Amino acid sequence: MTLSAPIAYSRPEPERGDGSGDPAHSTPPDAPMLTLVDEHGARLHDPDLDPWVADIGPDELADLYRDLVVVRRIDAEATALQRQGELALWPPLAGQEAAQIGSARALAASDFAFSSYREHAVAWVRGVEPADLLAVWRGSAPSGWNPYEHGMAVPQIIIGAQTLHATGYAMGLAWDGADAASIAYFGDGATSEGDVNEALVFAASFDAPVVFFCQNNQWAISEPVGLQSKRPLARRADGFGMPGVRVDGNDVLAVLAVTRQALDRARRGGGPTFIEAVTYRMGPHTTADDPTRYRGDDELAAWRRRDPLARVRALLETSGMDVASLDRDVQAAADRAAADLRHAITTLADPAPMTVFDHVYAEPNSHLERQKARYARYLAMFEDGAR
Amino acid sequence: MTTLTFGKAINEGLRRALADEDRVVLMGEDIGTLGGVFRVTDGLKDEFGAKRVVDTPLSEAGIVGTAVGLAYRGYRPVVEIQFDGFVYPAFDQLVAQVAKLHYRSRGTVKMPLVIRIPFGGGIGAAEHHSESPEAYFAHTAGLRVVACSNPQDAYVMIRQAIASDDPVVFFEPKRRYHQKSEVDLDASLADQPPLGVATVVVPGTDVTLVTYGGLVQTARDAAVAAAEEGVSIEVIDLRSLAPVDYSTIEASVRRTGRLVVAHEAGEQLGLGAELAASLTERCFEYLEAAPVRVTGHDIPYPPAKLERYHLPDLDRILDGVDRALGRPNSLSGDSLSGVEA
Ligand SMILES: Cc1ncc(C[n+]2csc(CCOP(=O)(O)OP(=O)(O)O)c2C)c(N)n1
Repeated sequence: MTLSAPIAYSRPEPERGDGSGDPAHSTPPDAPMLTLVDEHGARLHDPDLDPWVADIGPDELADLYRDLVVVRRIDAEATALQRQGELALWPPLAGQEAAQIGSARALAASDFAFSSYREHAVAWVRGVEPADLLAVWRGSAPSGWNPYEHGMAVPQIIIGAQTLHATGYAMGLAWDGADAASIAYFGDGATSEGDVNEALVFAASFDAPVVFFCQNNQWAISEPVGLQSKRPLARRADGFGMPGVRVDGNDVLAVLAVTRQALDRARRGGGPTFIEAVTYRMGPHTTADDPTRYRGDDELAAWRRRDPLARVRALLETSGMDVASLDRDVQAAADRAAADLRHAITTLADPAPMTVFDHVYAEPNSHLERQKARYARYLAMFEDGAR
Repeated sequence: MTTLTFGKAINEGLRRALADEDRVVLMGEDIGTLGGVFRVTDGLKDEFGAKRVVDTPLSEAGIVGTAVGLAYRGYRPVVEIQFDGFVYPAFDQLVAQVAKLHYRSRGTVKMPLVIRIPFGGGIGAAEHHSESPEAYFAHTAGLRVVACSNPQDAYVMIRQAIASDDPVVFFEPKRRYHQKSEVDLDASLADQPPLGVATVVVPGTDVTLVTYGGLVQTARDAAVAAAEEGVSIEVIDLRSLAPVDYSTIEASVRRTGRLVVAHEAGEQLGLGAELAASLTERCFEYLEAAPVRVTGHDIPYPPAKLERYHLPDLDRILDGVDRALGRPNSLSGDSLSGVEA
């Protein structure tokens, strides 16, 4: 299968709805997706994708496994920290590790990622200190890292806005003749926003070297993907004028392969690609969410059987690796990462009050300086015990 | 009388409106099955069905834009924007479409939309979840902009807003959603203050303190604290931010001679600037001191750990009152109080 030939779908038309938009009437039909490691850990072969992961032997697979385990542990630690009051909020990534690790491992250092708020594993791969990531969710800092140092923009909460930024960045790469691409991460819900649709138009019109990486985790808070799209999301790409790929987002190897292929195409002037990584958000939308209000346990149980970590482990076992010792090793690394994170967060000093005025403008202005001076005097009144 | 939380009072107001008028429809992200992220629409989908309480695709421009089309068809859409910071994708639909259609159609097309927006800070939220965007809308001719401050008003004002043939941007102070008080669910709308008026919530004689939304409670607390020092604050809940009910405020300022305006939004070109200018024009000869603004700083909303250094609170409001009264205050004896730094 080549990227320029979209997957053929031969599904029946869904039933006519009742006009209410009630998702019960609008769940899109299942559609085929590209898979290299199935949920039992069997390695499937795909002549088009295999060459893109020909370098991934057992050792490399073990490295991917290590990433998956460590980021799941970091995520669990962050959730625990939130429950203990150390973070204001946390959006867990559990279930989406393979989609994020597979795609981020496909990036070169010179590529640039624009993410939403859930791409903790992408940040991990881009070398962001987990503590810097968590400082934002603790409410201690407006952003945690220097985007130019990591080739990753600050996270985006406004749904879909970053897809335009990724597209513009890619247009700049093309105009500069750079051998690099950008990647935009967004959710299934985001595909309904105008910004995302506008980004797809711009990217196609300018042959921008950008990969649209949609993690279809089935839910946008309480809304099922069927409310955002009556057809598999990957099929939209064709109408915008770019290839659309539907990949098993819980298969780290397949995700790595399709993202490498799309990035290569982008860097060689072939233009944008839309990847729909089919995955599942196993936890709540954020720690403030209660998913039992809108979805059942059976659905979660079904997706647990498709756990992205378990299938890699199973494949490693059949490849003859000593998985028990690997597990010991990987668990130790995960525990260390979690302990470091906890230490860093719980010892993080609160920002100083007057820093609220920092960085509002690149150039100083007298209005804000005056406001700042007045506020400093106001705070000083309490220090003097004057009040 | 029933004791209700602020959020539940709005829920009851919506329920009443849905029951009374079958052209009322609710639209928004997560408002149906989930009942909204603040549960303000809890139970309404079950009661009225998925055609009256509509979970929409994730698009604010889509929600407001389709509500315009529904209003053309005679519906009365009540849309929820999940958080203040997410209204901007719908900005064109609101300021260029909703606000102008009655004017552009020479009065033939009515836009009886209500755009509900949980607004303001104080809940330790992530970025884009604590904004006060009211001035953008108050600046736009054709939109009515209101903010409620207590459960009783919330219950009544949401129904009045839905009944209004003008589009109403309806701000709900999210930090007060859990505050409880008595609500008269049987109150006839005719006996309640109209949507457009300001109300005196604490009578006083020394200084007029005008605010709205989440800060009304803070202003009441300030009045109590000031009374202990012998200062009598008259607190006015603005309620309607556009158009402003100047007669109520003017009457107060003529009596007290002093005006303090407080809001969470930044100072520059905020409601405080408008009120200070208008009341100076209207009662210049009665003023004993320059109007004082107590506002958020002119900065992007800061991270949660710093929000208390941004939001006006009891102490900052009292400091503003002291400035209006010429009592010792944070700026006393410094060149900063008058001249530019
Ligand atoms: C413009 C905008 N509207 C609404 C929201 C509130 N919100 C935050 S996350 C979310 C759901 C997003 O779903 P999806 O795009 O599928 O991403 P996921 O959270 O599943 O990763 C919503 C509605 C927002 N952040 N920005």
